Amino acid sequence: MAGLHHTFGDVVAVNGISFSVEAGEVYSLLGPNGAGKSTLINVLCTLLPVQRGSVHVAGFNITKDPALVRRVMGIVFQEVTLDRDMTVAETLEFHGWLYEMDRGTRRARARDLMTLVELETKRDTLTKHLSGGMKRRLEIARGLMTRPQVLILDEPTIGLDPRTRMRVWDYIRTVNREGTTILLTTHYMDEADHLSNRISIVDDGKIVITGDPAGLKDTLGRDVITLETSDDNRAAGLLSQSGLVRGVTLRDGGVVMTTAEEGSRVLPLVFSLLTDAGIAVRASMLKEPSMDDVFLFYTGRELGEQLAGQITVRHSPRGR
Amino acid sequence: MRQGFLTIAWRDLLRFVRFRALLFSSLVQPALWMAFFGIAMSASFDRLAPVGVAPGGLPSVNYLTFMAAGVIGMTSLFVSFYGGIVILFDRNWGLMREIMASPIPRGDIIAGIGLSVVAKSILQATLILIFGLLLGAGFFPGTTPLTGIAAYLGVMLFVAVFSFGFLCLSAAISITLESPEGLQGVITLLTMPIFFLSNALYPVDAFPPVLQALSVINPLTHLVNGIRFFAIGEDFFAVGETYHLTAIDTATSLLVLVLFAALMYGIARWRFAVARVT
Repeated sequence: MAGLHHTFGDVVAVNGISFSVEAGEVYSLLGPNGAGKSTLINVLCTLLPVQRGSVHVAGFNITKDPALVRRVMGIVFQEVTLDRDMTVAETLEFHGWLYEMDRGTRRARARDLMTLVELETKRDTLTKHLSGGMKRRLEIARGLMTRPQVLILDEPTIGLDPRTRMRVWDYIRTVNREGTTILLTTHYMDEADHLSNRISIVDDGKIVITGDPAGLKDTLGRDVITLETSDDNRAAGLLSQSGLVRGVTLRDGGVVMTTAEEGSRVLPLVFSLLTDAGIAVRASMLKEPSMDDVFLFYTGRELGEQLAGQITVRHSPRGR
Repeated sequence: MRQGFLTIAWRDLLRFVRFRALLFSSLVQPALWMAFFGIAMSASFDRLAPVGVAPGGLPSVNYLTFMAAGVIGMTSLFVSFYGGIVILFDRNWGLMREIMASPIPRGDIIAGIGLSVVAKSILQATLILIFGLLLGAGFFPGTTPLTGIAAYLGVMLFVAVFSFGFLCLSAAISITLESPEGLQGVITLLTMPIFFLSNALYPVDAFPPVLQALSVINPLTHLVNGIRFFAIGEDFFAVGETYHLTAIDTATSLLVLVLFAALMYGIARWRFAVARVT
């Protein structure tokens, strides 16, 4: 995908997004609600036209050959898109037939997939009688009916309980191990962290940063320090000029900074700098960066463009 | 072979059969029209225009036989006009995203639902014919089994083309509108003039000129003429009027319906092409 822009009237939903997913990879788009992920997915699965930019899936241009793109792609939408009055088996049968699979293949494939997602006993149950987790599993099975080269999962575990989420993650890993390339959108950090080979953080219709989970955490340095001060604005300004810390962002209720060295050695210096400037430190917190910190750091309010520009991401080859 | 439209039709018919109440009501409703409206109105009309005093030795047809063609037309109109609602429901709550993101050509979606709706209309029309015969309507007079079947197929050809046309119109409206209530309103608004500005229940000859002109361009009038030509005959006398339906007239009516269906299909294709299902 190169230079994708998409607007709805005056609203810019996608503002110049480019990325490419390697075959066999699990690639996550991580971003808050309203970041433009769903618009991007809708363009990708040909439900919205490409307004500006170009998109290729499995070698096909989605503007020129939408039918070919649709054929190699499996999609699990964010909202439930099941017919409440069809059974589990009928749902799969309908999907397989829609993609012109022959009867024998689609019956066999449906049987295998019902086993994979553990719905074989629900074969003749109407989908309206399934639990939320079962519906999601059925939709994943449906997405896999045609053995797509690329599987798109839009917020696959939204609204599911922790146990069901784990199971869905297991299916996703299994499917990926069998060779399916997966593009995932999520606003759950742990989901992106656990599943992906690479992550792009999306905010305001743009990709803020891309990297593998470990590399992204490394960009924050050794430790993350959060301070609550009497004057957060001034503190942030001072700290970003001081050279003591690598990056500073200002958030509701505090200043967040990342350190190059061990945070416990930096903290006293930070304290004395602020005390000398007459700023009182009310609370402090020091911890190793998690994906949450990465996310908040890159989607939080930035203190000037250079700060973000200074950070370079180490792309390690497909990790894990 | 392209199978997309068969998939869509299979699924639509699956729902038709699954909803017992829908299946039951759609089969019983036309029978009720025949039984109540037909018999009640027959008593009045046949008194006003008694059977058997036809001028020029024309076969005289009782009101039940006359209005049965109208009931078939009305039922086909309703079934096909409401047939597109599934599109609106799918778009808001169901499968339309899955269908639109699949390789199936847009035309096949319309054709698939069309096939399903045509099947439903033919089933209902057949039931009305059977029920009418049981109630004493004089369909297919003087036919041999072979010509009888040919006449039956003629009726069903008209029903099929007509239903497909109105299904396309319904599909075009359904993919455009957001709310089921809006769709209901539009359909009700369109159904009434189409039904009453036709020759379904009474002759149109006594209409004021403007209404008569409207009735001539009304597809329902052409459907009913086609049904009467095949089910009753070329020349007959009913409700105080003499009817001469020639083969040429009937062919013209079929042509009008085919053009109407083609136009509606074009409009539906256009609405599907511009529709954004997300």
